[in-house]
Amino acid sequence: MAKHKFYHFLGCIIPHRYPSIEKAARIVFEDLGLELLDMEGASCCPAPGVFGSFDRVTWATIAARNLTIAEAGGHPITTGCNGCFASLWDANHELKHDEELMKTVNDNLAEINREFKGSIEVTHYVDALYSIAGLEKIRKHVTRPLTGVRMALHPGCHWMRPAALKQKDNSERPHIFRELCETSGATYVPYKDELICCGAGGAVRTADVKVALDFTKQKFNSLLEAGGADIIVTPCPFCELQLDLGQVEIKKHFDLDYQFDILHVVELLALAFGHEPEEFGLSTHLQYMQRKSEPNWERLGLKT
Amino acid sequence: MCNPQSVDIVASAEDRSTIDIDSTDREFVEMIKRVGGPNIQSCYQCGTCSGSCPAGARTNYLVRLIIRKALLGLKEECISAPELWYCTTCYTCTDRCPQDVKPTDVIKAIRNIAVAEGHMLKPHQSVALKVLEAGHAVPLDKESWQKLREKVGLEPVPPNASRYHETIEEIRKLAKKSGFDKLIAPKEE
Repeated sequence: MAKHKFYHFLGCIIPHRYPSIEKAARIVFEDLGLELLDMEGASCCPAPGVFGSFDRVTWATIAARNLTIAEAGGHPITTGCNGCFASLWDANHELKHDEELMKTVNDNLAEINREFKGSIEVTHYVDALYSIAGLEKIRKHVTRPLTGVRMALHPGCHWMRPAALKQKDNSERPHIFRELCETSGATYVPYKDELICCGAGGAVRTADVKVALDFTKQKFNSLLEAGGADIIVTPCPFCELQLDLGQVEIKKHFDLDYQFDILHVVELLALAFGHEPEEFGLSTHLQYMQRKSEPNWERLGLKT
Repeated sequence: MCNPQSVDIVASAEDRSTIDIDSTDREFVEMIKRVGGPNIQSCYQCGTCSGSCPAGARTNYLVRLIIRKALLGLKEECISAPELWYCTTCYTCTDRCPQDVKPTDVIKAIRNIAVAEGHMLKPHQSVALKVLEAGHAVPLDKESWQKLREKVGLEPVPPNASRYHETIEEIRKLAKKSGFDKLIAPKEE
């Protein structure tokens, strides 16, 4: 069977703030025999809650420009960011189903000699891992199960919502992300507010960081009430930033201490596949850089 | 709980006066439908949206209230409300709405109209400008970010707009064509 190839849409936060996610994705996809192609000259997706809130046509035009890069090569896109996924998937879908929007967008794109054709699909890493590689194959690669590690999840919003449109998972009782994370061997810890937003989206973090952090605080408190966890896993770098760097910001704004290690699902899998945390730079997460601290190696079961 | 706008209930008596339906903007609903909230008129005010809303639980942002005001044609009240910008677009209301109003899309449409009429927050303006300047809302704007990439074993500059400057040129042309550059231009004080 031919090797699956994806255009790798990096976005902003993964390559510019959490490069450990980019590296971990490269490692995990390679291990699974999935090829990631550079998407040369891609821009911001652009941020769905921000640009989508400002001007829908401009949002769809810039997203469509990114889509044309993949259309030229004829391979689907994959991205590790819920926000990028929302922009690219939603724009792709809306353009394919809204002739008037497609015409306006293509009028704009003509300015730079590009044309949206609607010939490719957009996937999230979660889709590529769950539906293309498959859990069975992933389990075969798990050589260092994170046995005994208590794992809470933060699936975030835009990979699965709006549910009627995305048609991926039941957004009230999702199971796909959990099943994917459970292949690592870690123990799933449920908590009441698992499904509420991290607080960062919709241009709220930019408008009022304290309101955004108040969401995050609610999640952390809900998790602590459920007995706490060793790690929180998310499929999104913006959620990761909010949960990870957010702990430093919560200390500053509310003088409250939280100590959670936050992992992107590809970082979790890289560890479970037996890679050392140094191979993708787990310690470069911004909470560790700013606090001059390290991941809780003992709790992660990695170093004694 | 952080409550940024403490609402003065006593002082808002003026707002509680009878709504003169002849002085409202009847075009507003049509505008919202056109801009991206086509289902707004399906709303029967059950409040499932606000009951599901994590932003409404901590701020004065009430989806149901904004939709009701919009349906009444109270355009200015809708587009000038600071709380319009507390929606994180989590889509929980959209997934639960029994009338398929798609409240998140309605809110985004109202935001589009607000921005078109000059109601844009300064920090939002700067993020939009960053995309036109660097191609990214969160740019690779310091050497330390390049060092961070090298530290994890990646090339210092990724193969996106940070490396390909012609991308930024293309984005600027697109923003000019769609009129977005004027929309986000810093307003004179």
